[in-house]
Amino acid sequence: MTFAFFNSTFFDQAVLGITPILLAALAGTLSERVGLFNIALEGQMLVGAFAAIAGSHFGGSLAAGVFAAVAAGALFSGLLAVGSALLRGNDIVIGISLNLLAAGLTSFLLRTLFGVSGTFSDSAMQGLPRLTIPGVASLPVVGTALGHQNALVYLSWGLVVAIAVFLNRTPWGMRLRGVGEQPAAAIALGTSATQYRFFVTLLGGALCGLAGLELSLGSFTLFSENMTAGRGWIAVAAVMLGRARPLAVAGACVLFGLSDALGLRLQGEGLPNQITDSAPYIVTLAALVIAGLRQRRLSRIPI
Amino acid sequence: MTVAAEVRAHLRRHVRPVLPMLGAVAVGFGVCGLIALWVGLSPSLMFRQLLEGAVEGPQLFETIARAVPLVGMTLAASVSLRAGIVNLGAEGQLALGGCATAVVALYFPAPDLVRLAMALTAGMVVGASYAALAAAGEIYAGVPVLLSTWLLTYPAKGLCGFLVRTSLRDPSTAWPSTARIAVGTRLGRLIPGTPINQGLLLIAAVAVAVIFIDRRSVVGFELRLRGLNERFARYGGVALRRQTLGVMLASGAIAGLVGAIMVLGSQFRYTDGALTAPQYAWSGTLAALLAGGEPAGSVIAAVLFAALQTGGFAMERSVQIPRVLTMVLQSVVILFLAMRGAIWKRP
Repeated sequence: MTFAFFNSTFFDQAVLGITPILLAALAGTLSERVGLFNIALEGQMLVGAFAAIAGSHFGGSLAAGVFAAVAAGALFSGLLAVGSALLRGNDIVIGISLNLLAAGLTSFLLRTLFGVSGTFSDSAMQGLPRLTIPGVASLPVVGTALGHQNALVYLSWGLVVAIAVFLNRTPWGMRLRGVGEQPAAAIALGTSATQYRFFVTLLGGALCGLAGLELSLGSFTLFSENMTAGRGWIAVAAVMLGRARPLAVAGACVLFGLSDALGLRLQGEGLPNQITDSAPYIVTLAALVIAGLRQRRLSRIPI
Repeated sequence: MTVAAEVRAHLRRHVRPVLPMLGAVAVGFGVCGLIALWVGLSPSLMFRQLLEGAVEGPQLFETIARAVPLVGMTLAASVSLRAGIVNLGAEGQLALGGCATAVVALYFPAPDLVRLAMALTAGMVVGASYAALAAAGEIYAGVPVLLSTWLLTYPAKGLCGFLVRTSLRDPSTAWPSTARIAVGTRLGRLIPGTPINQGLLLIAAVAVAVIFIDRRSVVGFELRLRGLNERFARYGGVALRRQTLGVMLASGAIAGLVGAIMVLGSQFRYTDGALTAPQYAWSGTLAALLAGGEPAGSVIAAVLFAALQTGGFAMERSVQIPRVLTMVLQSVVILFLAMRGAIWKRP
């Protein structure tokens, strides 16, 4: 029973579920570390997902789709960069309006550019090809999940390590953390807080663009309205749960990916999908509450 | 003081704070005009259709009917925004409230009027309780309301969707929905021949109450104090935790009431997705943001957005411009305001 329940499809779906959340959460991690609360991850992902489809449809190649997703994600996050980093507007209000703008704009463009509402797909479009790692791919149960995935999956895990090293082992990473923790001190030492915030926001937009790319060209080649379905918010939760440390954030993303796959699996067992679709959100909330209660107990000081 | 000086003082106090909002609305229209041009449509035709569709003849009643739930959701957002708390889960509270209302209106054994009152109350209580979960999460576990309210939206909609597909399902309809609510338990038409129902009176009463509390009561003063400066509010002796709970209860209750009014006043059943499809919760949040959380201004902004949406339907029908463009307009307005720092500068 257990073997059949947690079969290779389960782990494959878990990895597919993890990747977009992980890429967005890395963007959120960098933002958090530089002192910006980025709740526009959801909208940036959605814009990336749409641009990936539009790019590969009109550009005629997968490469055009990849380029469009990254460029659109970065460009869209430029609004947050200008508003929040340069003009010092409220990042929460800007984030809320950007998320809604992304939803409205992608729905509008779906209708005007493709003439459809709801979902657009094009059979000629190529999805991201799966790459096989010899040896790993032939492992039982987890073979496909770990050794037969598209390039973005491997890239996302490479980025986890790269960002961890960047933040903790390089001078730029230290300055970035300094801007987030003590802006006044960082500025006094000659670091431009504005520049760091600006470029980190743009970089985060590019990462969210990749997350969107994974959603629309990763396993199916289609765009549907609001296809991010709260993944950007789960990424925000992952950043909070991992306290913006890349490895811990990645751990939180794995938890959410597994719960996503579990939901799908239970649906296959006959549970109604209205209930199983809620699984990732409930797991996320439960994890936040448990972590919060623990932290509170540890830091309780008598007043 | 001379008359001219009085006029100047009046303008400075009452008109100047509104200028950035008006400017932002103008920018929003400008951006949408550019988008229309870009996709090859005529902006002037678009705006004319938008305006005519919103206020011409019977369309005006449509706008008023649409303004009722939208003003309600705006008040739900404004109550919490006033204290600097962001309730992003009004959609879930609306759905659960509407669903609970339908259950009571269909199955509670009581005389018609009592049942109607019970159904409205059920919507408010369920909406408030669900919002209180998020408040409890922040108070006891430090989970920000902003995040938890959003995440709670999905299970709420999922639960309602599940119920109307199983135990509450009316098998005679093709769409997953409850049975039809009896005439005696409905909110009647306020003006015959129009879609305006008695819900208008309920929402107007809520609006008056919210504005009164905001301006004239200690509770309202403490809310505004926290919105302006949370640390000062704490220093001044405001019980922040209790206030968080109170704010979320009020916000959720209003959202639940809107759900109840939509079910009892216009839809007469709870249909899966029907309450959340018009995205009143989102437009309401944006309208409240446009007015910086000030309730009277929020109501005006909500009526404006309702007109925009009604006009959007007409625009889509007559010149085939997708009405979702009005959502782009609403978010661009807030984005521009927030970027200028005109509402809520960074703390």
